[in-house]
Amino acid sequence: MGFVSQVVRDSESYAKNRADMLALVDEMRALEARPVALSEQRRDRMEARGQITPRDRLAHLLDPGMPFLQIHGLAGYCVDNKNPEKSVPGASLIIGIGFISGVRCMIIVDDAGIKAGSMVEMSGAAFLSAQDMALKQNLPFVHLVESAGANLMEYKVEFWANGGKLFRNLARHSAAGLPNVAVLHGPSTAGGAYMPGLADYVVGVKKNGMAALAGAALTHAATGEKANDRDLGGSEMHATTSGLVEYLAEDDAHGVAMARDVMARLDWNKSLPERRAKNVQPPKYDADEIAGVVPTDYRIPYDVREVVARIVDGSEFEDFKPGYGAATVCLQAAINGISVGILGNNGPLDPAGANKASQFIQLCGQSDTPLIFLNNITGFMVGTQSEQGGMIKHGAKMIQAVTSVDVPKITLYIGASFGAGNYGMCGYAYDPDFLFAWPNAATGVMGGEQAAGTMEMVARAGMKRKGIEPDEDKLKMQTAMITQHFTSQEGAFYTSGRCIDHGVIDPRDTRRVLGFCLETCLEGRARKVKPTSYGVHRF
Amino acid sequence: MAFDTLLVANRGEIAARVIRSAQSLGLRAVAVYTTADAKAPHVAIADEAVWIGEGPVGDSYLVGDKILEAAQQTGAGAIHPGYGFLSENSEFAQAVEGAGLTFIGPEPKAILSMGNKAEAKRLMIVAGVPCVPGYEGEDQSDAVLIGAAGKIGFPIMVKAAAGGGGRGMRLVHDSADLAEAITLARSEAENAFGSGELILEKAITRPRHVEIQVFADTHGNVIHLGERDCSVQRRHQKVVEEAPCPVMTPELRGRMGAAAVDAARAVDYRGAGTVEFLLDGYGAFYFLEMNTRLQVEHPVTELVTGLDLVAMQIAVAQGEPLPLTQDDVTLTGHAIEVRLYAEDPANDYLPATGPIDLWQPASGPGVRVDAGVVTGQEVSPFYDPMLAKLIAHGPTREAARARLIKAVKDSVLLGTVTNSAFLADVLGQGAFAKGEATTAFLDQAYPDGFPATQASPANVVLALALLLDADRQRTKQAAGYVSDDQLGWSSAALLPLHVPLTFGEEELTPRALAKPDGWMVWVGDDQFDVSFADCRNGQIRARINDQTVDLVAHVTRDAVQIAVEAERLVFRRPRPGAQDDTAAAGGRVVAPMPGLVVEVQAEPGVMVTKGDRLAVLEAMKMQHQITAAVDGTVAAVHVKAGQQLTAGDVMIEIEESE
Repeated sequence: MGFVSQVVRDSESYAKNRADMLALVDEMRALEARPVALSEQRRDRMEARGQITPRDRLAHLLDPGMPFLQIHGLAGYCVDNKNPEKSVPGASLIIGIGFISGVRCMIIVDDAGIKAGSMVEMSGAAFLSAQDMALKQNLPFVHLVESAGANLMEYKVEFWANGGKLFRNLARHSAAGLPNVAVLHGPSTAGGAYMPGLADYVVGVKKNGMAALAGAALTHAATGEKANDRDLGGSEMHATTSGLVEYLAEDDAHGVAMARDVMARLDWNKSLPERRAKNVQPPKYDADEIAGVVPTDYRIPYDVREVVARIVDGSEFEDFKPGYGAATVCLQAAINGISVGILGNNGPLDPAGANKASQFIQLCGQSDTPLIFLNNITGFMVGTQSEQGGMIKHGAKMIQAVTSVDVPKITLYIGASFGAGNYGMCGYAYDPDFLFAWPNAATGVMGGEQAAGTMEMVARAGMKRKGIEPDEDKLKMQTAMITQHFTSQEGAFYTSGRCIDHGVIDPRDTRRVLGFCLETCLEGRARKVKPTSYGVHRF
Repeated sequence: MAFDTLLVANRGEIAARVIRSAQSLGLRAVAVYTTADAKAPHVAIADEAVWIGEGPVGDSYLVGDKILEAAQQTGAGAIHPGYGFLSENSEFAQAVEGAGLTFIGPEPKAILSMGNKAEAKRLMIVAGVPCVPGYEGEDQSDAVLIGAAGKIGFPIMVKAAAGGGGRGMRLVHDSADLAEAITLARSEAENAFGSGELILEKAITRPRHVEIQVFADTHGNVIHLGERDCSVQRRHQKVVEEAPCPVMTPELRGRMGAAAVDAARAVDYRGAGTVEFLLDGYGAFYFLEMNTRLQVEHPVTELVTGLDLVAMQIAVAQGEPLPLTQDDVTLTGHAIEVRLYAEDPANDYLPATGPIDLWQPASGPGVRVDAGVVTGQEVSPFYDPMLAKLIAHGPTREAARARLIKAVKDSVLLGTVTNSAFLADVLGQGAFAKGEATTAFLDQAYPDGFPATQASPANVVLALALLLDADRQRTKQAAGYVSDDQLGWSSAALLPLHVPLTFGEEELTPRALAKPDGWMVWVGDDQFDVSFADCRNGQIRARINDQTVDLVAHVTRDAVQIAVEAERLVFRRPRPGAQDDTAAAGGRVVAPMPGLVVEVQAEPGVMVTKGDRLAVLEAMKMQHQITAAVDGTVAAVHVKAGQQLTAGDVMIEIEESE
């Protein structure tokens, strides 16, 4: 069914929405630009060493003009440095899914332009998340290595404990029948040496590539041996003596070209089913209008169908039970010719809405139809009527359905996503295949004002019990503090910094992101892989 | 004399052109070909084709016996020799007649008389045809030649008596240089024609080269079809030919035509021939030589007279009288021809070889292209590097010139170097446009040679965007489904890709960033927005910063060739990691082109300094000096005189001195 938009493009609200949203997008782009600018400061020094910069390596690695989806681009934001004005996001990594010799791959590039590529607090989480995604989507994995390792000055024991999973994941990845390639552009010492150690294919770059359990300094400290780094772990040595390096490259660009050659030789797409000819109609309503359709303040209601109309093929969809549990919107549509079930919110989840959603999710499971969750949910409905209506058990059914349905799940935080509503709408803990936020998204257990209001009620009740006159100034201060405590953690940039989503996107890119993610999911599920018991051992 | 099958003993455009006329007359046409020419168009269009050898002309197109055998094998009653090869070989003509076949050309005696310049000149003097003062005596001693030169006066031309096409020809301004010129010309003549006989002629400075097309039948009729002006020459090789001559008057044409007819009658001529004259600035003309064959440039005459000269040759050979009298000959409009060559005008016209990746001839009103190549063919080192003739006809000279410039631009050959930019530039020169070009024109117009094509930033942008577009097409095909709206898109900004390209010796590193509809390219600090719109008939319409450029391109993984206007540019994308070995090349002397080693001066162990002559390589009629690029000691000599080389063969190694 075609959808007729009610949005007036030359209205004041459209203009305001658009200005607000684009300001947030600009803010997001400015944050993304910080690690780029910082890393670029090392360009001259790297080039003087005969190297090219990490982002230049990435550009050489990727097929020109093919799409690239960045993952965890804001990882670490406000984590290492609490100052939002100064914090540099990215966790010293550049992560994304892109094409190498026509093969869709998970790519991690160590950002050696920032603190020599050493790991920071969120690097591990982002790395593990990308590895998990590669495993889940059957993606080959390519790592361009140049990292000083963990920063010893900021060592925490749990980094080391959790860090082991990086290598465990590499072993699992290989065992799953998924090739992984490492290019040794620079040093990779201590635990980092197992990055190439556990790779299926290692390209070592002459002169700069280096992998050793201990560099010259630690070797001297540990054994008293006076050795040099090239003898301990230079690419040339590994290519001829230790057998760690398969392919020896003249320089960075050559190393990357060799990784591309390795990928091309795998004929990795041989098991992909023939593409069906698709006559894909773009949305009738321009995706660019999303910025004007959605108020950045989640308290202002709007019809989520206006968003869907700017995402799906031909702006066409079927409305599933529109008159029942009307605040919960279930739509059947297609993106790039792929049928999808879309859940959205025009208000809180009530018993009827939760029931409708659960049934819709189960139907999609039955027909193996991917699900898309457009979160703008302030929570499950509270109140006597709702509780007596069985909100808990209906919400529970929805959580069961979301948890168990075995289809690709893609979640977008497009506005609010609070409390258990987030769980029902396939939030972070429900392990969606992909989870991206718009820059206006707000997530948390509840809104700051609700939390502060609740605490104020508790405080007043306590004072009343003790017979104390409420101190209005103190209460006002408490409310402000609690509101601040909650709202400072609910913004999309903050939550993305803590890696509880896969990144923040420009809302106008939503159709492209969804199309890309859906293809990734379908390709991954269609791919025939040959798992082995132990992964491929390096001999 | 009647025959129904004609064998064409030639290759390239002329073979194709003769075959077409023969077929249009209802004759069966037989081609001969070599392995190197297996894909050539003359083989494809012939009714039958006979293989006569691998490649070298000495084993194929020049071997009369093989041609005769092919004629007998295929039942051919006549042989058309085209131009070059056996066309002016009287012994071959004799052998053809001896085998009872018809030779499409004059009697062997006429070929022989006109083939020797000295004898020809003696004959012409007797016939009253104006000749340049000179020496054509049989005494060939240096002393006699030098003495005769003193009497004639300088400047003077030293020419091979058996010559043609500029080989063995030297212009000498000063008596001091004469002895060396005689030595060189004699050696060149011996190599090229097997005879070192020379003649001397007073050099007429800045003359026009004007030639008269004559036609004679076996019934005693001789007519002329007007003139062709072939003054635009480089080293006596014609570059541009036109009819009529821009300064011709009916009165002068009458006199020159009559002289040419007299010349033809003097040797009992038969068929098509050309009498070449030098025309000085005062209307005086001098006999130069007579070509006893169809000329390369005959199409301009065909376009202004409306005649098919090949069909007329065949008719005459079958004993028919000429279809028209002198009074019937009319000249309509103006026609100009240029020769598209596989050669590098910016590098001393070095002949080039290589694949023909794309050949797209121009077409349109008044445009004629006589081509001897097709896409997918190889330009081999064995033959003349002429690829095609581009000819335009129009009601006026200016109309013809404008059409021809467009035809040069629109005729795209990619894969090997061509002189297309040079041709367009020549046609656009003011002196040529005004019809003032003499044989000195090219030296005056390009005193420092023709400049090499430069890679303009816009062309670098086009080259890079074409390469990347092709990459994207390729990977999109190889990948799973990627929707069009995702192409050129990235959810977060990427940095531009640095792409090392080479343009000749020049190394460039433009950068590019994909956009949904094209590319953003940086050359130095300049930024360009480039996209490709519709591609029709092999033409690509590009948009660079809101300017539209039409181009033709051939793109592979490692290189892109583009044709923009008359320029043909090749950009290569070296693979990363390729070892740079140019540094080591200084002491290695490689053959710059395919050719025959004529002399080797270098000897192992001998010290040489930069610029010293090491060897002489003859390629495409020219003797090229191979000189030392560095100071040092000759470490090894890998070639000897008489050896055939291909471009890139290592000839000599020099150990560079510190």
